Amino acid sequence: MISRRDFLQVGMAASAIVGASGFGNWARLAAQQRLTQDQLLEFDTFGNVSLIHVTDIHAQLKPIYFREPSINLGVGDNKGAVPHVTGADFRRLYGIEDGSPSHYALSSGDFAALADMYGRVGGLDRVATVIKAIRADRPDAILLDGGDTWHGSYTCYQTQGQDMVNVMNALAPDAMTFHWEFTLGSDRVAELVESLPFAALGQNIFDAEWDEPTELFPPYKMFERGGTKIAVIGQAFPYMPIANPRWMFPEYSFGIRDENMQEMVDEVRGLGAECVVVLSHNGFDVDKKMATVVSGIDVILSGHTHDALPEPALAGETIIVPSGSNGKFVSRVDLDIRDGRMMGFKHKLIPIFSDVIEPDAEMAALIDEQRAPYEAELSEVIGKTDSLLYRRGNFNGTWDDLICDALLSEREAEIALSPGVRWGPSLVPGQDITREDIWNVTSMTYGEAYRTEMTGEFLKVVLEDVADNIFNPDPYYQQGGDMVRTGGLGYRIDVSKPQGERISNMTLLKTGEPIDPARSYVVAGWASVNEGTEGPQIWDVVESHIRKMGTVTVQPNNSVEVTGV
Amino acid sequence: MALTRRNMIVLSSAALAATGLGAMPAFASLAEDEIAKLTGGADVGSGELSLTAPEIAENGNTVPIEVSAPGAVMVALFADGNPTPAVATIKFGKLNPTHVASTRIRLAKTQNVIAVAQMEDGSFQRAQAEVKVTIGGCGG
Repeated sequence: MISRRDFLQVGMAASAIVGASGFGNWARLAAQQRLTQDQLLEFDTFGNVSLIHVTDIHAQLKPIYFREPSINLGVGDNKGAVPHVTGADFRRLYGIEDGSPSHYALSSGDFAALADMYGRVGGLDRVATVIKAIRADRPDAILLDGGDTWHGSYTCYQTQGQDMVNVMNALAPDAMTFHWEFTLGSDRVAELVESLPFAALGQNIFDAEWDEPTELFPPYKMFERGGTKIAVIGQAFPYMPIANPRWMFPEYSFGIRDENMQEMVDEVRGLGAECVVVLSHNGFDVDKKMATVVSGIDVILSGHTHDALPEPALAGETIIVPSGSNGKFVSRVDLDIRDGRMMGFKHKLIPIFSDVIEPDAEMAALIDEQRAPYEAELSEVIGKTDSLLYRRGNFNGTWDDLICDALLSEREAEIALSPGVRWGPSLVPGQDITREDIWNVTSMTYGEAYRTEMTGEFLKVVLEDVADNIFNPDPYYQQGGDMVRTGGLGYRIDVSKPQGERISNMTLLKTGEPIDPARSYVVAGWASVNEGTEGPQIWDVVESHIRKMGTVTVQPNNSVEVTGV
Repeated sequence: MALTRRNMIVLSSAALAATGLGAMPAFASLAEDEIAKLTGGADVGSGELSLTAPEIAENGNTVPIEVSAPGAVMVALFADGNPTPAVATIKFGKLNPTHVASTRIRLAKTQNVIAVAQMEDGSFQRAQAEVKVTIGGCGG
């Protein structure tokens, strides 16, 4: 007799074979310049239900470059486990050939050269083409948006998310969950959510005053598709009031709330759901832990930490499907749901190579319509870059180095702090830097660049606090960002130590002197979660700096020494 | 002058600071002392007593916690990193349909919240949860 677990493993093997052949083919075909849309979309429809997952689009309507991280350390039980495997190690793990399209789409290394060969990725007009093709195979496929959709661009900021709502509505998702959306402020979120023609889900979105579920965000939605009942439970980002400014959405409380998740799973099973899908903005490691704490979840569509894996990860009897960010990927998951349970699955992570996938004309027109009023501002060239500008990585990225330089210089500070967010597309050497590019890596509703004094002691508290949000061995204490970026300040970090003991050798780079705990330093930063933060907007600070520079060259950054890996 | 319990704690903190042990006295042992006093040094086991608290506090000034203590006549709550660790004592009578209580507490910093329940037979159970109080910042 074959157990359910064996079925999953059979399913997994099938998935791996599909993945492997697909990946191998892309490499060879691309080498022959024959990578086609048909090959990217090729999929033998399986089972009776299809899920389509997009997540963490961060308002990227147009194709962009996006470099994946070269440093993404796992701690505790996740040390060395995916997605904490990068670069060549990642390629070896999945049998991806160096220099192949999968290398370019999924891993770091030789990014600028491969970007030149394979071009930009993403663009919601291309995503629309892929979704339409999947719906042609399976008209009742369920499209799910994992959130971080209404944030991250000039037009999204100016329209308070309306551009993204208009475009996503045209894609017609079946449900969505949330994170950065809340930084539009609770009134605007309520206004937009009430306008949505689809479900806004979050079993962990509670009323802060009474600590009870909200009416605006139901916990789940039931779908009858393919002759079966599927429940989709929403899981919003658990740490919104901590990682983002609580004062912008004081009416809401979040948290992981895995007890409530278990209750919801039991409830939907009681209502006849044969398959339980969680649309999650937990982040990968939190999802992995939650899958072992909560029983009865078949599929977690995973967002927040921006990981993209060519095949699902297995945690207990749950498959976890992370689908990248910035419109770079669409996941298709076909499920065989029979006799009250998931009997097997087939999966494909479809990379959106923008030069290979034909843009959907209607969607392209709709996107241009959103951008038209702002085209002059968007396209203004501010400078040029000689260096690859990227953000992803645990400790620093060249975009953040540039932002920190801008803060040090424009705000006349000794030390600069820049938040360790994971959104923000890349620019390749030789590219112009437009205003749109600057906003893509800085846009937010609390972008004021503060200038303040902090003692050396407090700076250490800040670094220790943020480090524990990333390197706490228990994923439930991880908030899913990267380390705060520092300018003018070097340090050593031992990721294996507990909070309070990770950071040492803090150095003021300007003088090479150790940071004095008792001395005050002039610190400039942005994205403070405190209400009433004053200062110019960060995008104006960066624009002014780049204008003065003309052509930007970012020097290698060796100011963070990492140990305990 | 009658010394109240609260004054005693304030005095003992001051004394610790004065002896150069640092600004933060060992509150954790204060909580353990109080728990020992409550239980009279009896063995404390675990059982159906459960304590629900957020892993990370959204607002350290008002952290929602809930205890579920089937079969308990009394539950005492402690926050071992607060200057005054004793938080609340909840008594359940025979007519209580459920032995569940929730409240909000202020937490000065990352610490353990501890629930000690006295059962009908006089035995004690304990449950605890670490709640992180963070300065917040930047998430992906």
